[in-house]
Amino acid sequence: MFEYLLRRLAGTIPVLLAVSLFVFAFVHLLPGDPARMVAGQDASFEQVENVRRELALDQPLWVQYGRYLNQMAHFQLGRSIKTHEPVAVMIGQRFMPTLWLTVVSMVWAVILGVGLGVLSGVRRGRWEDRAAAVGAILGISFPSFWLGLLLIDLFSVRLGWLPTGGYGDWTHFVMPAFTLGSAVAAVMARFTRSAYVEVAAEDYVRTARSKGVPERGVVWTHTLRNALIPVITLTGLQFGFLLGGAIVVETVFSWPGLGRLLIDSVSFRDYPVIQAEILLFALEFVLINLIVDLLYGLVNPEIRLK
Amino acid sequence: MSAQLRSPAAEFWRRFRRQRVALVSLGVIVLLVAAAFLAPWLAPFDQATPDYDALLEGPSWSHWAGTDSYGRDILSRMIWGGQVSLTVGFLSVLLGCVVGVALGVVSGFFGGWLDGLIMRIMDVMLAFPGILPAIAVVAILGPGIVNVIYAIAISAVPVFARLVRGTTLALKQTLYVQASRSIGVSRTKLMLRHILPGTLPAVIVYASLRMGTSILTAASLSFIGLGAQPPSPEWGAMLSDGRSYLGVADHITIFPGLAILVTVLAFNLLGDGLRDALDQKLR
Repeated sequence: MFEYLLRRLAGTIPVLLAVSLFVFAFVHLLPGDPARMVAGQDASFEQVENVRRELALDQPLWVQYGRYLNQMAHFQLGRSIKTHEPVAVMIGQRFMPTLWLTVVSMVWAVILGVGLGVLSGVRRGRWEDRAAAVGAILGISFPSFWLGLLLIDLFSVRLGWLPTGGYGDWTHFVMPAFTLGSAVAAVMARFTRSAYVEVAAEDYVRTARSKGVPERGVVWTHTLRNALIPVITLTGLQFGFLLGGAIVVETVFSWPGLGRLLIDSVSFRDYPVIQAEILLFALEFVLINLIVDLLYGLVNPEIRLK
Repeated sequence: MSAQLRSPAAEFWRRFRRQRVALVSLGVIVLLVAAAFLAPWLAPFDQATPDYDALLEGPSWSHWAGTDSYGRDILSRMIWGGQVSLTVGFLSVLLGCVVGVALGVVSGFFGGWLDGLIMRIMDVMLAFPGILPAIAVVAILGPGIVNVIYAIAISAVPVFARLVRGTTLALKQTLYVQASRSIGVSRTKLMLRHILPGTLPAVIVYASLRMGTSILTAASLSFIGLGAQPPSPEWGAMLSDGRSYLGVADHITIFPGLAILVTVLAFNLLGDGLRDALDQKLR
């Protein structure tokens, strides 16, 4: 297991380097002079040249890249062009709201999605299965921002039960978490159903049934435990999907998280913030994939040895 | 199982015909495409002309879907918006599909270091699911509907590349490809004439499912202000407009959202039906 862990850790290094190169190249891919962008459109020639020297933009690219890696290693993310606040502080303030939103959404989505998936698998072809299939395809096709707006319209504007947006107590979480998690719940339900159906067709399940294992035991021990292994991977992948979806949902509900910060900085072309955010999202994805692989290695010894 | 021999196309059609939901979805898509093409004749009003005597009016006999905050007819804007959404969906899927399929065939056919390199790059791209890669591309290229097409195309590339690489690896081992190779058919011809057609069924299923995703992503980007810009009748942009009038003029929000849902649902159901008809192990 330890060797497997080391191997997986080493495997993330090329990905991280590729991402850091992309984020570093970002400023150079943009049209226009980065020094001019940081200094502002009205800055004098001297001011622009000062910024160029300060940011080492006059140095060769590989020197700049080394400098960049060194800064990242020390969490020096620079300052926002728009507010002049340190980027690390801005991101620090918005990290927890987004984390909580994604975690709450994930928890209900996985419980409901896996539950419905298993129910569909057990009751294959009956009305429960069909109803779940209709719900799942709707969940996948529903535009999340539309769902959010409809919820606000009904529960905030008309009924006045829930706040329209913002970050606060649990009432603020109900609609955003429902909106964000619904597509994930749908994907989980479809995936769990097909994993269950696949395992239920295995020889050992038939053997268990034919030798007289009670139906409850067949479902729980023989089928479900094996069907849930691929579900772990999907859960991890969906976490990444949620982080992306949070960008849209945060806009609908005025949620003070990383997603809204990213959109604001893209519209204002606030490059230090965009760079830091992309790097942060990349780190999160790499971390999630790593955790998924490790969990996978724990439940399935074959993978560890490969 | 009948012993009768059918061509793969006939067999596919026989199975597809039985999927009523997929057939209806195909019909809906044909109608949507026709409406988008016929927008200049079909739209009852000019979609861009404001009418300050008819601001925020609810659905009525003259304005079936009501009017927006400038008094523009929402139904007309939805019909024109269909042009935008379907074009963006189609072009981005086509672009991502062509590049992805090319990379997948080359990767699977040649193998070795080239395969390793291409697949590692695809892995890195796949590590960012959902809307995020599209936002990163828009951040570089700037907001706008054309850049959204590139952005969505880029995020579709690794999906097609991986899928096609797998099929290519399997096809490379088949008897007919081995036989063609042994009689000296060139590598280009092997890839184009013998392997590429074999990958197409799976590619078509994915393309249909991907159309739904792409239209949804494009609408999301427009909604958060990074895609089509305000005067455009793109469905996501129209919804973003309706946000300010929730509770006052709900129809501005309801109708464009319904258009997105119906379109995405139709493509997803069609994709599901195609997949079942092709009986491929796809997910």
